[in-house]
Amino acid sequence: MDLLAHLPALQVLVPMLSAPLIVLLQPRGLAWAGATAAALVSFAIALTLALAVLDGQTLVYAMGGWPAPFGITLSVDSFSAIMLLIVTGAGAASLLAARPSIDQQIGSERQPLFYSAWLLALSGLVGIVVSADAFNIFVFMEISSLASYIIIAGGPDRRALPAVFKYLIMGTIGATFYLIGVGLIYMMTGTLNLADMEARLGDVTDINPVLVAAGFITIGLALKAAVFPLHVWVPNAYTHAPHMVTVFLAACATKVALYVLIRFDYMVFQATLVDHGLQFAVFVMPLAILGILIASAVAMFEGHIKRLLASSSIAQIGYVLLGVSLVSIPGLTASAAHLFNHALAKGGLFLAVACLAYQYRDLRLDQLGGAAARMPWTCAAFVICGLSLIGVPGTAGFISKWLLISAALESGPWGWGLIAVILIGSLMAVVYIWRIVEALYFLAPVADEAKISEAPIQLLLVTGLVAILNIYFGLFPQIPLELANSAAALLIEGAQ
Amino acid sequence: MIPETAILVAIVLPLVGALAIVLAGRIGPNIREAATAITSLSLIWVVWGLLPTLMDGGRPSVEVSELMPGLTIAFTVEPLGMLFAALASGLWLINSIYSVGYMRGNKEKNQTRFFACFALALSATMGIAFAGNLFTLFLCYELLTLSTYPLVAHKGDPATVRSARIYIGVLLSTSIALFLPAIIWTYTIAGTGDFTTGGILAGKLNDPEIGLLLGLFVFGIGKAAVMPMHKWLPAAMVAPTPVSALLHAVAVVKAGVFAITKIIVYIFGIEFLFAAPSSQWLLYMAAFTIIVASLIALRQTNIKRLLAYSTIAQLSYVVMAAAILKPLAEVGASLHMVAHAFGKITLFFAAGAIYVASKKTEVHQLRGIGRRMPWTMAAFTIGALSMIGVPPTAGFVSKWFILAGAFEANNLIAVFTIIASTVLNAAYFLPILYMAWFEREHEGGKEHGEAPFLAVLALCLTALLTLAFFLFNGPIIELESQVVKGLS
Amino acid sequence: MNLLELLGYFNYWVFAIILTIGLYAIIIKTNLIKKLIGLSIFQSAVFLMYITMDKVEGGTAPIIQAGVEDQIFSNPLPQVLILTAIVVGVSTLALGLAMVVRISECYDTIEENEILDAD
Repeated sequence: MDLLAHLPALQVLVPMLSAPLIVLLQPRGLAWAGATAAALVSFAIALTLALAVLDGQTLVYAMGGWPAPFGITLSVDSFSAIMLLIVTGAGAASLLAARPSIDQQIGSERQPLFYSAWLLALSGLVGIVVSADAFNIFVFMEISSLASYIIIAGGPDRRALPAVFKYLIMGTIGATFYLIGVGLIYMMTGTLNLADMEARLGDVTDINPVLVAAGFITIGLALKAAVFPLHVWVPNAYTHAPHMVTVFLAACATKVALYVLIRFDYMVFQATLVDHGLQFAVFVMPLAILGILIASAVAMFEGHIKRLLASSSIAQIGYVLLGVSLVSIPGLTASAAHLFNHALAKGGLFLAVACLAYQYRDLRLDQLGGAAARMPWTCAAFVICGLSLIGVPGTAGFISKWLLISAALESGPWGWGLIAVILIGSLMAVVYIWRIVEALYFLAPVADEAKISEAPIQLLLVTGLVAILNIYFGLFPQIPLELANSAAALLIEGAQ
Repeated sequence: MIPETAILVAIVLPLVGALAIVLAGRIGPNIREAATAITSLSLIWVVWGLLPTLMDGGRPSVEVSELMPGLTIAFTVEPLGMLFAALASGLWLINSIYSVGYMRGNKEKNQTRFFACFALALSATMGIAFAGNLFTLFLCYELLTLSTYPLVAHKGDPATVRSARIYIGVLLSTSIALFLPAIIWTYTIAGTGDFTTGGILAGKLNDPEIGLLLGLFVFGIGKAAVMPMHKWLPAAMVAPTPVSALLHAVAVVKAGVFAITKIIVYIFGIEFLFAAPSSQWLLYMAAFTIIVASLIALRQTNIKRLLAYSTIAQLSYVVMAAAILKPLAEVGASLHMVAHAFGKITLFFAAGAIYVASKKTEVHQLRGIGRRMPWTMAAFTIGALSMIGVPPTAGFVSKWFILAGAFEANNLIAVFTIIASTVLNAAYFLPILYMAWFEREHEGGKEHGEAPFLAVLALCLTALLTLAFFLFNGPIIELESQVVKGLS
Repeated sequence: MNLLELLGYFNYWVFAIILTIGLYAIIIKTNLIKKLIGLSIFQSAVFLMYITMDKVEGGTAPIIQAGVEDQIFSNPLPQVLILTAIVVGVSTLALGLAMVVRISECYDTIEENEILDAD
């Protein structure tokens, strides 16, 4: 067997096995270097995998050589490839930039443990994506969640602790709901393998337990994915986490739960339950619309920059769900592309916020006056990523807005209503992004300005790189689009 | 240089210029201004170098990136865009001369940012002029909005920031909420957004929807300032005068009416649109804007705000001319873009020169100013006469064509609007001219002479252009007639 | 459905009741420790569900014995799964308790409303 065949397993194993080793790297900076190296390797693996499945093939890896449905399998198709790119990309970029900010926020004796937990979170998220086994997904979900609780609470802000506690309670309820759903399906089919489940569900005569399972799984994953109105844990957790952790989690954590939700729904339920696609749309679309409108409105009046962006994340989840709820290839393409583009935009925004936070202790908007004069590059990067979030042409965010509006236009008579929602959401994004821009550029300085200078070069370079990627993928979006397209085709095919 | 390369160079050159301006700004203001001058001179050389190709009927075209099937970033040069690009690049040079005089005379801060953003705005303008399809047009349109925001907010005080917020708010939200869905709608039904002679929508859209789509386009292109999307233009007057002069009399606003004209001619196709009764409202809306904006202008006491409302009215001239949907009127629309540009930039230059020399901003302060600033006020007079449409100025030529088109279409509303607005224009410009030349100055006013030499030089140049256009407009008419060749 | 059939689902009724009790405690209690206790009860309900469904009537532990042919086994897989889930549950509980310790160090209280008032 060549190396490519082993890559799906290595994708999980590299960060997972590096994590305990990192703990041993006590000298200053070494833990960071080790964690970053592991994250970069897994990003390289994800890139290789993405290129390998670009033509629509699926890589299947049987753990220990036991074939499905008896053994546990990992599988990578174009949908998982795009998620792998997002997760490992976010992990690599945030770790690469993390050091100055983490040095400032976390004592050096705790850093090896911190980086180790970070890698565990990464490996858990990656594991969820590559798993083809429903129970394995649960285990990886808990690995990533437990590790995320640790790194969120690891910072100096004591308000992170109650925030994490809330996240822990809600996350565990979500995971347990998922577990109940999986148990019910296992009861009816006797399998945990996703592909096998789809095949055997067709033979089930009593469909009621499966319906209940669908309900439990959808609600449980929606909790983890922060789908409106199950999002209440997000704002505090993102706001009070160490700044670099916010970058990492905001870019990919909720998206992975959303990924499982989409995969389960299209691959397992829509294929077997009559009219499930319609029921799913009727259930999810109102939540998506409410999420876009209400969360954006909340963001418009928010005074803390991180909390504002966290609210905006909830609205963006709404866009992804809106595309998913159209149950069509254009809609799913738009959603998959938006997962990718939003990770770029929001990751870049939170990176810029981390740069600001390196100099400003207080991140409320009215305290950030004069930042643009002192930190011009940071603010420029923030503006570019902000434009991408709004969906200005020439940036990555525009591509997904375009796809989403086209998909809504083709979706039938209520398409214009959906377009109105998307556009109103975008206009609200203009308002909340511009509030920050005005604060950065035109507000009179409050803090002692003389002390403030540009963020450390390491942080700044990564931020700049992500900002440039936002433009690059706005002008040359071919590769993510190709992946998104084939992912959508795969899902729709799976739904029939 | 082969034309295809020239297109890309024309767009990239101001970008490089912006970078050079930022770098040169660290060395010293003179080197920075030299960078601006070199950039604008080379831009003129590149853009005007495309003219012969166009005159021979060539349509050079270049594709940069295919984002998804059917959606490309591509540039094509055609007569309308050529005229717009030539106009903007030429006036940029004059405006740069003026800017140096104005900004130094006024001791403005952040001049490097000012000149760099100006270059960025020009790059976006070139992109709009040469856009080969709707998407590229939209891309450059948004870039223009964003690159001009720092220029409008230049002063940075709370009042300016509020006005700049109106500016970016109206322009961004109209473009996202109306222009973008119109574009996507077009791509969905036509499968393409390429600007094609004769239009791409014929036979693909039925009547009430034609009017709706046209509405999305016209109101979505907020830069054209068709009422009620005009509020941003008076708000933008907080910018330094060179910005108002080049951007809010030429580049930005002309980008708006240019886009509308281009969409009417190359997306809808004028014959297709002429046959659709539901497109008629555009003409009424433009006529309404002309009359109402002129009436508002009558009541303005601030010079720049008066000019802004006059601009709103004049822009709707172009929209109305395009909406007459007759070949002669389409030529008139493109001519009026040029004529109004020459006249209005002169008026703004004069207003700025008056401000630099005397800090006067109000109309009533202009009593007797003609004696202190004869050159400036002479140029102002020429500009004002061109706005009214008196021969021998540029405004007469374009109005002639529009009127001819209106008669051809038997469109009495257009004819009446043109006559009424001419009277209104005279009603607000002639008193100013009378006051400036024939009334006595108030006692105890500040002693002042002419504005800085560079500013006066620039405004005399544009005034001369206004006169010259009356005499030497043959090649332009010939070029623009290509747009409507073969149509009746 | 008659009474006997209802009683036949006895374990599942207990599952539902325990689940609800746990959820109720999580929502209603303001003391963080009590919330965690609720969470544990909530998770235990799921363990019960998994263990119940693997029961095969007359089945024994799945160990192959020499000489015994037609032996019926209980399904071992859910038991293995639930062992994993128990481990996950214990880790979650441990982490939750650790958080409570940190909270009590920082805030001097573990009552939710008092913590909210403190910030």
